Amino acid sequence: MSNVPAELRYAASHEWVRKEADGTLTIGISDHAQELLGDLVFVETPEVGAHLDAGGACAVVESVKAASDVYAPVAGEVVAVNEQLADSPELVNGDAYGDGWIFRVKPTDAVAVEALMDAAAYAAHLEAEG
Amino acid sequence: MTLRRTTLHATHEAAGARMVDFAGWSMPVHYGSQIDEHHAVRRQAGMFDVSHMTVVDVDGPGARDYLRHLLANDVDKLKIAGRALYSCMLNPEGGVLDDLITYRRADGYRVVVNAATRDKDLAWMRDVAARLSGTIAPVEVRERDDLDMIAVQGPAARDLCLPLLPESLRAPAEALTPFTATEDGDWFVARTGYTGEDGFEVILPATATLSFWQALAAAGVRPIGLGARDTLRLEAGMNLYGTDMDEQISPLESGLGWTVAWTPADRDFIGRQALERQQADGVHRRLVGLVLEGRGVLRGHMSVSAGEAGQGETTSGSFSPTLGVSIALARIPADAGERVTVDIRGKQVPAKVVKPPFVRHGKALIDL
Repeated sequence: MSNVPAELRYAASHEWVRKEADGTLTIGISDHAQELLGDLVFVETPEVGAHLDAGGACAVVESVKAASDVYAPVAGEVVAVNEQLADSPELVNGDAYGDGWIFRVKPTDAVAVEALMDAAAYAAHLEAEG
Repeated sequence: MTLRRTTLHATHEAAGARMVDFAGWSMPVHYGSQIDEHHAVRRQAGMFDVSHMTVVDVDGPGARDYLRHLLANDVDKLKIAGRALYSCMLNPEGGVLDDLITYRRADGYRVVVNAATRDKDLAWMRDVAARLSGTIAPVEVRERDDLDMIAVQGPAARDLCLPLLPESLRAPAEALTPFTATEDGDWFVARTGYTGEDGFEVILPATATLSFWQALAAAGVRPIGLGARDTLRLEAGMNLYGTDMDEQISPLESGLGWTVAWTPADRDFIGRQALERQQADGVHRRLVGLVLEGRGVLRGHMSVSAGEAGQGETTSGSFSPTLGVSIALARIPADAGERVTVDIRGKQVPAKVVKPPFVRHGKALIDL
């Protein structure tokens, strides 16, 4: 069973979101998603400063098998990207919720994140997907 | 539809394999990490359950004449029993129905064809046999679904495998040169493979499969899934049927011209006239290797621009674990130069045209 930390929020498309103290949101893909993808070999991060629409494709994670889009869980402006992934995409496999974070946004609407799934709902979502 | 299972299905599941549908078979794609498995084969030894592949025995006094008509390569090159020949099986239009290996045996031939093409191949082979009936001596085409197949590949593969073979086969298997085979009873050992490494492909009775697999595992041979099998074969520059060539494409445009035996000129093989026409008209596309120079990962069906020479397409692509860059096979205009660009999600990314293989026996064969 994959790891679903209680303090995070989740999108149905398997991104996780962490609320930072400064109001920004850190975003990555869930342990379940990295496990499905297998060994990652390339991550294309968004540009810092880019404006993201909620639900829009904004990054790409590629495993040996296939490329997969990462969707913005909420609308906002990209304020940071994980530069380490350029040389070490495997960080996403090894530490999906830590060193494997992908980008950070300043949300357009500070409460939009509350509409995402909590850990219990995401765990149930995984269960339902089988 | 229920997926077919190999003898080792439960063993794969118990080993933590992720099972996927491959051509109607439930097969392991990896046992944890595809990249680790890839490196294990390049550096040590790995084993693949390839029992989904189809073994077909072609026997009878007409077998030689039959295969000389059926295949684009000429089984008369197999001067003695135990020799192996890689060939395409073509349709009359010169398109590739399948690629396969034919082994000459003491009495008859053994053909190993792809799993995905099993039904089509068997129907075609029987149809051709029926059409030749009366013009050649009798031939028998017999699928051997009582046999399994395990490939053991890697620099240490032969040393680890030899002591685990039936006693009678150890010395003959040790003496095998590349692309030859030996057999005893229902055990058949060939020094062939699909990885670019040394090793064996072992065809064996299904009753012996589990204990042989377990003995290999105990000797330190790692189980390898179809995922690493694909990156290994791609690095080795070996075509995958249905991906790099198919019924619409001739071997001349698939980097397989060397497998077409034009001489003797009077050998009438299926597809010959079409290939001769294509040869006379000029072969306009060729299958090449690409090494990506920019960032990203090449995949199949990406558009390739070769400047004034025109456009082409990748047929298969991936990240190369051995080289640490992305590589692909691509069908491009025959007069394309060394520099091309590939459309990766709307960006033109530069790539270099190279001659496969990319990797052989663990070593890079191309300059990065």
